[in-house]
Amino acid sequence: MDYSMQDLMAIFAMQGFAGLSFFSVLLLMALGLAIIFGQMRVINMAHGEFMVIGAYTTYVVSEVMGGWGSWGAEYYILFAIPLAFLVAFLVGMVVEVLMIRHLYHRPLDTLLATWGLALIMQQVFRSVFGAREVSPSTPSWLDGAWTPTPMIYIPLNGLFIMGLTLVVTLGVVWLMYRSRWGLRVRSTMASREMSAAVGINTRWVDRLTFALGCGVAGIAGAAFTMISSTGPTSGTLYIVDTFLVVVFGGAGSISGTVVSAFLIAQGQSILEFFLGSSMAKVLTLLVIIGILMLRPEGLFKSKVRR
Amino acid sequence: MNNFLSLIAEKRGLPGVLILALVLLVLFPLTMDINNLNLAGRFLAFAFVAVGIALSWGYGGMLSLGQGVFFGIGGYAMAMFLKLEASDPESTAAQTTPGIPDFMDWNQITSLPWFWEPFHSFTFTVLAILIVPTIVAALIGFALFTRRVTGVFFAIITQALVTIATILIVGQQGFTGGANGITDLRTLMGWDIRTDDALFTLYYISAVLLIGCVILGLWLLSTKYGSILTALRDREDRIRFSGYNVAYFKVFIFAVSAMMSGIGGAMFTLQVGFMSPSLIGIIPSIEFVIFAAVGGRLSLVGAVYGALIVGYAKVMFAEAYPELWLFLIGSVFIAVVMFAPYGLAGLYDKYARPHIQRFMREKGWLKDGASPTLPSASTEAK
Repeated sequence: MDYSMQDLMAIFAMQGFAGLSFFSVLLLMALGLAIIFGQMRVINMAHGEFMVIGAYTTYVVSEVMGGWGSWGAEYYILFAIPLAFLVAFLVGMVVEVLMIRHLYHRPLDTLLATWGLALIMQQVFRSVFGAREVSPSTPSWLDGAWTPTPMIYIPLNGLFIMGLTLVVTLGVVWLMYRSRWGLRVRSTMASREMSAAVGINTRWVDRLTFALGCGVAGIAGAAFTMISSTGPTSGTLYIVDTFLVVVFGGAGSISGTVVSAFLIAQGQSILEFFLGSSMAKVLTLLVIIGILMLRPEGLFKSKVRR
Repeated sequence: MNNFLSLIAEKRGLPGVLILALVLLVLFPLTMDINNLNLAGRFLAFAFVAVGIALSWGYGGMLSLGQGVFFGIGGYAMAMFLKLEASDPESTAAQTTPGIPDFMDWNQITSLPWFWEPFHSFTFTVLAILIVPTIVAALIGFALFTRRVTGVFFAIITQALVTIATILIVGQQGFTGGANGITDLRTLMGWDIRTDDALFTLYYISAVLLIGCVILGLWLLSTKYGSILTALRDREDRIRFSGYNVAYFKVFIFAVSAMMSGIGGAMFTLQVGFMSPSLIGIIPSIEFVIFAAVGGRLSLVGAVYGALIVGYAKVMFAEAYPELWLFLIGSVFIAVVMFAPYGLAGLYDKYARPHIQRFMREKGWLKDGASPTLPSASTEAK
């Protein structure tokens, strides 16, 4: 095995890119949960299903706009992503009103109830879209790869998802930490009574926060359906990873979620290179559990006393 | 007669156990044919896990989403013993390497791995079924509880553990049988476990062991240990400030629940004749919790009924209306959590028990003032 310096650099670049691409998907999936679980302490086991809502929305938009000629097929994704957010946001709001708001004082029970919700949603997907996996058509401008040198091959849809993740992350950070509304959210989560006393409508804060988390999950779904197909039970595949990212990063800290998604994604892709994918996954999970035993609060401890 | 009835009615939980024993040991065998009885036996195997969950979650406040790991250890230990017995050199003579399980031969493994060797011994297997889940749970519990990992974090870590177990089993196909699991199990020390007689006997063994586990659990809860356990579920810091080492109390009940799950796994393997990773993954592990939640998280007897009822409902609905099954179980689960957090046992306590007690008092079977109650849930389990 003779690799020239240039080959090695190319392998390194592509492996690094694979890790970065995994990182952006993982982060996008975990952001919604970082809001719902990290801020609100609601364990939403149906988070994966909210992603699937976004994925199916994208699929429907692609089918509908694909019928409008080549313009629709090319640029449907720009409409699908906001719509995926909106649909997941609205469903999230309904779920909050019907179910979640009755369970805020029983966090472990939200886990069980949302698991029931996840089962129902899976069956809805199956009844509406069939058990077969679907994937939307890829627009031609996202098909193919960027090849800065003949050796390096970087898929364009991966780049697109990275850009999307960056925009969504900055948006969430701005909303939670720089906007008036984020201030209200953080104050409500810190002390519900005090916030209500100073005139914050805590009920609406809860509702919108939960719906926002669901909406971000919808965007994540729209992104992952571009790189892998979507079936009714796709959501369950991601739920463990997503929760671990949030817990490992330290619930309640969005920068923690970013760091932890980065570490997990890079760690796993490097290990995959040496060990194969299943052992890499096992080792990554074991390391995460090991670190969580040493630091039960996660990497970034939230400074808020609860 | 009157004295006897009032005696059992005053003993906490015992009348429930007697009724359960009547149902399992007399009613079911009399009314069911062997196929249905075998089906009930499988649900009873799941009920072991559910009883363990009622103990560790309902009373200890630790929700484990990873009980499948322990169910799997018990089930796989039994399956390994049975598989070795089924793979004697004569019946596997067609293989490249006779005398090793068929799936190893398919995966180009030419000698029995070291960790399979001890499973030639039945004594070792039984000990492994009882002890390995207990030790694994104790280690996990020790590592997590001394670091004060609680509640949600504990649930998520145990769920990650079950993910690890499934990936390992599926990935190491040559050693574990992979996604197909360990199949084609025939005899237990020469006794054919596939005959109707054997299934009947195995059903009885499961039922008796299960009732034994329920009684063990009720006894544990009636001791001082049980009171402290319930207390630390509700106000862990107070118990800690009273000078108890809270972690050890939690490790103990978690290990007990793991041991029960292991027994359940072994009984499942015996009655079904195979073991596979699809029985221990994330979804089955949550289903175990569903059994306990539907039956009532504070009722060990209820957990058994929960496993039977949900199990039967699943079989009936999944056959007749596969479309509706997920809707039904999902809605039932949401309804139980939201409107009846203490499950069927809670509904019974609230609506049926007062009437029964009044009836018994009128008949003079129950002395006034003697009102046997389950330990109540003063606050929600965290």
